[in-house]
Amino acid sequence: MKVEQISIFIENKSGRLAEVSGTLGKAGVNIRALSLADTSDFGILRLIVNDPDKAFKVLREQNFTVSKTVVIGVEVPDTPGGLSSILQILDNNNVNVEYMYAFVERSGDNAVIIFRFDNIDDAIKVLHDNGIKILEGNKITSM
Amino acid sequence: MIWNDEFETLPREAIESLQLKRLQQTVERVYATVPFYRESFKKADITPADIKSLSDLQRLPFTLKQDMRDNYPYGLFAVPLEQIVRIHASSGTTGKPTVVGYTRRDIDTWTELMARSFVAAGANKGDVIHNAYGYGLFTGGLGAHYGAERLGASVIPMSGGNTKKQLMIMQDFGSTVLTCTPSYSLFLAEVAAEEGIDIRNLKLKVGILGAEPWSEKMRQDIEEKLNIKAIDIYGLSEILGPGVGIECIEAQKGLHIWEDHFLPEIINPDTGEVLPAGEKGELVITTITKEGIPLIRYRTRDITRLFKEPCICGRTHARIERLSGRSDDMLIIRGVNVFPSQIESVLFNIEGVEPHYQLIVDREGTLDTLEVQVEVNEQTFSDEIKILQSLSSKIRKDIKDLLGVTCKVRLVEPKSITRSEGKARRVIDNRPTAS
Repeated sequence: MKVEQISIFIENKSGRLAEVSGTLGKAGVNIRALSLADTSDFGILRLIVNDPDKAFKVLREQNFTVSKTVVIGVEVPDTPGGLSSILQILDNNNVNVEYMYAFVERSGDNAVIIFRFDNIDDAIKVLHDNGIKILEGNKITSM
Repeated sequence: MIWNDEFETLPREAIESLQLKRLQQTVERVYATVPFYRESFKKADITPADIKSLSDLQRLPFTLKQDMRDNYPYGLFAVPLEQIVRIHASSGTTGKPTVVGYTRRDIDTWTELMARSFVAAGANKGDVIHNAYGYGLFTGGLGAHYGAERLGASVIPMSGGNTKKQLMIMQDFGSTVLTCTPSYSLFLAEVAAEEGIDIRNLKLKVGILGAEPWSEKMRQDIEEKLNIKAIDIYGLSEILGPGVGIECIEAQKGLHIWEDHFLPEIINPDTGEVLPAGEKGELVITTITKEGIPLIRYRTRDITRLFKEPCICGRTHARIERLSGRSDDMLIIRGVNVFPSQIESVLFNIEGVEPHYQLIVDREGTLDTLEVQVEVNEQTFSDEIKILQSLSSKIRKDIKDLLGVTCKVRLVEPKSITRSEGKARRVIDNRPTAS
C-alpha cells in the first residue's frame, strides 16, 4: 500500500536536474511522477520511479544526497471536486498533509495524488474508513 | 617517553639561565651582522649590552612579517649565503613569499626538535611514519622527514595529494603514524569510506596534525573517524617550521614550546604590552639558537595563552594553549572579529553536521556580508523543506549567539566544497581591498 519515493537534494545551479535525469536514464530507471520543491538556495526533487532501489544506488554513486521516503498514492476521479473531497475527509479527521503532488493516469479517467503524511498509518486508516481507495505500491510504480 | 631527557626536563631556573645566555649571544650576533636589527635597536635606543636579564627582552623591538617582506629575499640572513644549506619559503598568498635560510646547525636543531616532537606524540623507532605533509618550499614535508629519520622510524615520504594511493600505501605498508594537516586527515577518512576501506582498523595509531588551526571538536571527530590519537603540532616557517611546539600524548593539554631554543611571550596585539602568564594574546617568539635567520620578538599573529606549570609528562617546557586562531585569519565582519575556527565549533555542535564548510565574505554597498556554506549529508538531509530550513536557521542562530554576527547559511551538496590536500581554504573574501 505504501510507495517508496526517492528524494534528492539539489543546489540551485544550472544543470543539476539534467544530471539527475541523465543518471537515471543511463541506468534504465523510468520516472513515473515528480515534484520539485524549491527555496532560493536549494530544491528537493521527489520522484516516483519504477525501480527505487536502483535509482537510490545510482544517484548515490554520483554523490547526490538521496533519501527514501514512504508516501501513499490515492486515486481520485479526474473531475471538479475530486481532490477537494479527499482533503475534506483528511481535515475533518485532523490528518496533516506534509506535501502532495498529482499526476493523471494514462487512461485519463483518474488522477493519482501522492501524499506525504506526518503519521502515515493514521492517514491510511482514515482514508480506508472513508472508503477511499489507496493504490498498491507496485501499481503506481508500474503505471 | 622523552627523547632528550637532559634538555626536556631542565628545572625552570636552568632553562631561564640558558635562555638568557643564548638570548645575549643572539642579540649580539644580529646587531653585528643584520643591518635591519642594528637600525631598529638604535631607533629603540638599546644595545646588546643592555640585555642583562630576561625581562630586558621587552625593551627590544618587534619583528613583523612585513619586515621579512621588506628585506626579501635574503636581507635578514645573519650569515653569508655560503653557510646556508637549505632555503624554504612560505606560500605567500598575499604578495612575495617570506624566505628563510638554514645553516647546517639549524637543520640539525630542527631535526632534533622534530625527533623530540615525534616522541612526545607517542611515536618511536619501529613506527612507520606516513608523511603526507607537502615536500617542497613548504617546511612541513622535509621538517617531519628529517625528524622521523633521526628518531630511527621508517619514514614514507608521501607528500600531499594522490589520496587513493595514500590509502593503498597506508594499508599495504602498515603506516602507524600519520603526519598531515587536520583537514587532510578527514579527507583521507572520507575517501577511505568511499573506497570501502575500513580506515579505523588499519595500523594507524597517531596523527601528528598541524599547519592550520583546528578545534577541539574537530579533534574528537578525527579521533573517532580514524581511530587514532590526534596530536596537535605547532610551527611556522619564519621561526623554524613544524616542531616549534607539540602536545604530549600523556596530557594532550597544551603544546610544549621547546624553550631551550625559543623564548615565547604573550602580548596585547593592540598595544604591544607583555601580558602576564595565563592571559590570552598574541604569541611572540624570539629564536635563541638559530644562525641562518635569527628573529627577535617575531609576531606570530597566533592567538593563545602561555602556561609555565609543570606537566604530567615530566617535561618542564612551557605550554601554549591550542590556537584559537591566527590573527591573520581573523575576519572583521561589520566590526565584529570572527575566527573561522569559532564557526567550525558551532557547526560541530550541531548533530550530524560535517566539518566541511566555507565562509564567503563580500560587501553589498557599505555592508559586509558573511555566507556560511555547509554541506548537507545523508544524516542532515530531509525531504521536507521545513526541516532543512530549520537546520539553516539553527546554524544562523548559533553563530549569532556565539559571535554576535548575522550570516546567511547556504546548504550545499555533499563534496561540493573543494577538499584540500594541504591547508584547507576556509575563507573566500571577495570584498574589495582597501587602497
